[in-house]
Amino acid sequence: MLQLLTPSGDVLGEPPLSVDLTRRLYRAMVYVRTFDRKCAALQKQGRLATYAPFEGQEAAQVGSAAPLDPEDWMVASYRDAAAMWMQGYPWELLIAWRTGDERGGRPPEHVSVLPPSITVGGHMLHAVGLAWSARHFGEERIAITYFGDGATSEGDFHEAMNLAAVYGLGVVFFCQNNQYAISMPRTAQTRSETIAEKAIAYGMPGVQVDGNDLFAVFTATAEAIDRARAGDGPTLIEAVTYRLGPHTTSDDPSRYREESEVEQWRRRDPLERVRIFLSERDAWTPEWQERLETEASTEIERAVELAEGMDGLGPARIFEAMFDELPPHLVDQRAEALRSVGQ
Amino acid sequence: MTTTTERKLTTQKAIAEAIAQEMEADDSVFVMGEDVGVYGGIFGATEGLLDRFGPDRVMDTPISETGFIGAGIGAAINGMRPIVELMFVDFFGVCMDQIYNNMAKIHYFSGGNVKVPMVLTTACGGGYSDAGQHSQTLWGMFAHLPGMKVVVPSNPYDAKGLMISAIRDDNPVVYMFHKGVLGLGWMTPNPRAIGPVPEEPYTVPIGKAAVAREGSDVTVVTVGLTVHRALDAAETLADKGISAEVIDLRSLVPLDREAIVESVKKTHRLLVVDEDYRSFGMTGEVVATAVEGAFDYLDAPPLRVAVPDVPIPYSRPLEQFVLPDADKIVAGVETLMAG
Repeated sequence: MLQLLTPSGDVLGEPPLSVDLTRRLYRAMVYVRTFDRKCAALQKQGRLATYAPFEGQEAAQVGSAAPLDPEDWMVASYRDAAAMWMQGYPWELLIAWRTGDERGGRPPEHVSVLPPSITVGGHMLHAVGLAWSARHFGEERIAITYFGDGATSEGDFHEAMNLAAVYGLGVVFFCQNNQYAISMPRTAQTRSETIAEKAIAYGMPGVQVDGNDLFAVFTATAEAIDRARAGDGPTLIEAVTYRLGPHTTSDDPSRYREESEVEQWRRRDPLERVRIFLSERDAWTPEWQERLETEASTEIERAVELAEGMDGLGPARIFEAMFDELPPHLVDQRAEALRSVGQ
Repeated sequence: MTTTTERKLTTQKAIAEAIAQEMEADDSVFVMGEDVGVYGGIFGATEGLLDRFGPDRVMDTPISETGFIGAGIGAAINGMRPIVELMFVDFFGVCMDQIYNNMAKIHYFSGGNVKVPMVLTTACGGGYSDAGQHSQTLWGMFAHLPGMKVVVPSNPYDAKGLMISAIRDDNPVVYMFHKGVLGLGWMTPNPRAIGPVPEEPYTVPIGKAAVAREGSDVTVVTVGLTVHRALDAAETLADKGISAEVIDLRSLVPLDREAIVESVKKTHRLLVVDEDYRSFGMTGEVVATAVEGAFDYLDAPPLRVAVPDVPIPYSRPLEQFVLPDADKIVAGVETLMAG
């Protein structure tokens, strides 16, 4: 397992990132953690629909998205808001989507991120097609897809890995092994020693990294992205991490795991080791931390206001988003729906 | 008709020609699926394309329906116009998540922003002893699920025009061709599977039914191969003094409800014929449409001729027993007329 920054903040070898870039990515991790906690709180207040928190996985998402070019495609799952934000998806749309507003699934122009996938694993195939079409059009862009350890048991994983390798496509398969498929532990999901080793069967490189180590994640993903862009085919990355929170806000993890296990992983916090690293280089102060947290809160509060201030959805919209042009049967059904609410 | 429209093609060749012409005109159109390249498609829908366009645009895939349908969705999102072939519609079970949860819903989930302009082609239908997992039509299933258009051509002219419309459409279109209308040498000969097809590209609108035969006494609504059966039945009925109007739906989504209602208002009687299963399918939808739109015009309760709710039998006589044919349609119409 590739590790470059230990939980106690020691760098193994030369630091792969400059202090300046490390500071920027630390700031990003503070922001996404603030977002994540805010969303969990909003859900409790009934202001968000079901929410899937990612606390503990910040380095995996921030570190893997950081080396992407802005035009690179990202196809992610419901737990990957941090990676999506890194690739340019605005906070307010990430929040709007989680209120149940489909307009939150509408990527702004020039943001190459698809709406998050709810079905487990199906979206990996879309990354394969995106990379294939990019090659057809002679575009430089590659595709990265995010999924969990649970998705690797799906047939979709096999088919996506196989097709990407067969056609030699520029896809980065980024697995956040957060140890659980809801309640089923990683060790009960597969007899493979690692998820990374599954890559061997498809004829592509597989790399296992400490997913809570920003430096290791960044380094491994940057290499995979370079390979993909150079036309050398796909890579599977297994980022070994941990979901500190529940699967979703409907889940009670105490039913399937011990608090002591969670505590053990808290000691491997992805932010803390970067904080120590920066602090030892006089690039972190408590004042800066406080300022970051305040700024992050303010920015996310503003995004919540924007999301909640969007026009009401109304029943007409559910029909209008169906097709490029509204076919006659939906014109009729929309009219009937509007009549039923007196419009 | 002009002289150019007198050129005749089989439905299979008309489909392949439509795809070739659109590939010629638009570099973003490509084909992928099992045996679509060297083999030319197991039912010939992609015959000759590999030689003309090469393996990058006519891609043979591993047996991986979830894989290549999902990849087609990704390619469509990035601006291509994939034609993805699911060899038999019966195989939908292994890849339906990509079809109805992804291809059909991404447009909605993205608030109407992410378009998936792809065509999913698939072979349907029985009648040649291929048994219960290679003989179904299943179009009612696809038409039931929101987010995709569904077309079912019955003749060469419509096959070409609907294929071109499907490729140019900015929405996902499921293009379902009945094996019995293709004009394949190894199937039971079907004179209606060959017909005039203009050489130049043209479109047939998606969502518009066709009056395959005008009549005044009874309306027979159907789709696919059973259009041919209904036309055969109409000839027999004419000899008996009954004038049957045959409506070829051509599209199930959108469904041309107006054409159904207008015809029923004229004839006052409705028989719906379908090679799909009887319950919860197209026949029920068409009857409901007629009852909602022309209740006062009906002189008799509508009747249905459809496959009973059993798998398509492997045994030739039992298969013929369940499939709609001209005799069953004639008998149905006679029951209606007596009512």
